[in-house]
Amino acid sequence: MKLKALLAAATAAAALTTGAAAAEQVKIGIAAEPYPPFASLDSSGNWVGWEVEVIGAVCAAAELDCVITPVAWDGIIPSLTGQQIDAIMASMSITEERMKTIDFSDPYYNTPAVIVADKSMEIDATPESLAGKIVGIQASTIHQAYAQEYFKDAELKVYQTQDEANQDLFAGRIDATQADSIAMADFVGSDTGSCCEIKGAVADDPAILGRGVGAGVRKGDDELREALNKGIAAILADGTHEKITAKYFTTSIY
Amino acid sequence: MTGLFELLGLGASAELLSLSGWGGNLLRGLANSLQIAFGAFGLGLVIGLFGAYGKLYGGKVTRDLLAIYTTVIRAVPELVLILILYYVGSDIINKISEGLGGGRVEINGVAAGIWVLGVVQGAYATEVLRGAIKAVPVGQIEAAKSYGMPAFMIMRRVTIPAMMSFAVPGLANLWLIATKDTALLAVVGFNELTLETRQAASSTRAYFTFFLAAGFLYLMVTLCSGAVFARVEKWARRGQPSLKGGAR
Amino acid sequence: MTGLKDLMQPHRIVMMLVFAALVIWCAFALRWDWIPKYAPLALEGLWATIWILAVSTFLGFMLAVPLGLAQAVGPWYLSIPARTFCTIIRGTPLLLQIWLLYYGLGSLFPQFPWIRSSELWPYLRQAWPYAVLALTLSYAGYEGEVMRGAFSGVAKGQLEAAKSFGMPRFTMFRRIWLPQAVRNVLPTLGGETILQLKATPLVATITVMEIYAVSSRVRADTFIVYEPLLLLALVYMAIAGVIAFAFRRFEKG
Repeated sequence: MKLKALLAAATAAAALTTGAAAAEQVKIGIAAEPYPPFASLDSSGNWVGWEVEVIGAVCAAAELDCVITPVAWDGIIPSLTGQQIDAIMASMSITEERMKTIDFSDPYYNTPAVIVADKSMEIDATPESLAGKIVGIQASTIHQAYAQEYFKDAELKVYQTQDEANQDLFAGRIDATQADSIAMADFVGSDTGSCCEIKGAVADDPAILGRGVGAGVRKGDDELREALNKGIAAILADGTHEKITAKYFTTSIY
Repeated sequence: MTGLFELLGLGASAELLSLSGWGGNLLRGLANSLQIAFGAFGLGLVIGLFGAYGKLYGGKVTRDLLAIYTTVIRAVPELVLILILYYVGSDIINKISEGLGGGRVEINGVAAGIWVLGVVQGAYATEVLRGAIKAVPVGQIEAAKSYGMPAFMIMRRVTIPAMMSFAVPGLANLWLIATKDTALLAVVGFNELTLETRQAASSTRAYFTFFLAAGFLYLMVTLCSGAVFARVEKWARRGQPSLKGGAR
Repeated sequence: MTGLKDLMQPHRIVMMLVFAALVIWCAFALRWDWIPKYAPLALEGLWATIWILAVSTFLGFMLAVPLGLAQAVGPWYLSIPARTFCTIIRGTPLLLQIWLLYYGLGSLFPQFPWIRSSELWPYLRQAWPYAVLALTLSYAGYEGEVMRGAFSGVAKGQLEAAKSFGMPRFTMFRRIWLPQAVRNVLPTLGGETILQLKATPLVATITVMEIYAVSSRVRADTFIVYEPLLLLALVYMAIAGVIAFAFRRFEKG
């Protein structure tokens, strides 16, 4: 019994040393693995990218005191429901499947899903042409769900990060990858991505691919959801969204 | 020679690894790793000490519960335990806090890492320390008892000093496991050395350079710890006859 | 082994009842409806885990014997490389070794276009050869250190006796030295193999579809957090139990 009490005390002490932080702070969860050009670490340890700037702008407009908290993409929804973070703003698409577990704000960007492959490969984004090919996808994404549904004749390889799938595409271990068009445009424009090109967008299926990217919040956390909606509406209205987009992309992504 | 370096992608590595480049990130990650390893090792020792005493002198129920604890922890992969403890740990703390009427408790990455690895380390430390306590001659403890020493004082003045020399090699091994297990936290998204390395590698595409550099850092930690523990062992053995060539 | 009488002590019966209640509560309060859908995938994953474990343990042990021998009695030009190898393997995290082998080597491929047309390419493309290689080297590194002690631990007199009978060196090694060294390490082999089992989930990070990867997929598809992890822990405990049991039988027999 004594032992248990001591263990409990030790746990409590460990928790206390971390301090009960200010109650008003909102922890915005992003994926700890880099996802350029939306969110990645620079060499001085700061998070940079389109989405990081949008998070800043939304929080400023909604008058929220936000802190960016990186968590593993793989466990980002459990981290939200387990209260380690308060909202997810990590390029997460609003899908029916996810809506069963969490709530979403209004979308703040929307891009199609594309297939990328080696330039010499003669394939397009249809299930028929991908049959028998090795397709790399990132775990826990709409792309994984889509590929599992539509590319049943392809061999699927599941990566923890899109960067690693890109790396293997470059190395030639996979024939193609399905991912977000903007992230892929960035990749094929880079040195390592010069091997490859965007072969086309996959046929849309809103039930799986969702309707744009929104901020995920815990079910029933309407206060935060409303605040984020207000912030998103504000930056869309006053041109901040456009201004940030222009810094990174040539076309609108809303 | 430079051709080979270029091929391995090490050409620009000096620049990439400089402190103003990504080297600083790696060192920051190393500091985090060491902090977590140190905390986890400490927590593991505390759990291990009580666990060992519980296993040796505890009641039937305590002993059985501890047996379950050590068996389960030693049979399930650390990666799985880390995931379970990570989610369960923060759930429990939040429930307790809510139950006490308090607000949500923020748990930072380092504290969570220490908690999950510490619980894992505790199981191994229990076994190491139990073995070490058992190796202390019974006569010494009985002698202390017969002088009327209270139990806690016996532990502090007799058992622990006497068992140290038996425990140090096992504990040194545990410390090395702790430093290496911090790498697993990368999979849960903690910013320790391995995750920093992964981020640097995928940002610069110099996978080979950064993984080698991180390997080198881990190796340095291992070798330095080895040297430190060798001295600790020597100190713990002071006054005891040398094991090598005892009879001259 | 604990007999039935040991188990029937009052406090153990109470504990078993508590445990049974816990299991029943888990069965009804938690979500298990995903199991039928993922059962075939889980079986494939289980099989992948088991064969990767078996192959890497076997090959690792084969490699550990020369490593141990080189360190115990080899000339310096063999013992130093062997010791360096063991130090590096034991001094760095396995996760990092796996990533270095898979992504590190992979990042070099595009500079050698001929690799893609070589006969090895179908293997180099896949993830499992890297997984097996990394786990084999790791097992060899740890067990090589143990074998060193085992070889040194064989009594000198036995070897001298064999020599005085005029036994050729290789026969001496095969008939006397190796069997005794193996017997010396047998008690630790079971433990080392369980450690190896616990290392296998790391290969899921390089896209090998073993049992841990299957549970991750379930978590990703269904957003159920605890249940797949709990079941996974149970599966690993069962495999570890089988390994421990098998080695105990082996040691006795």
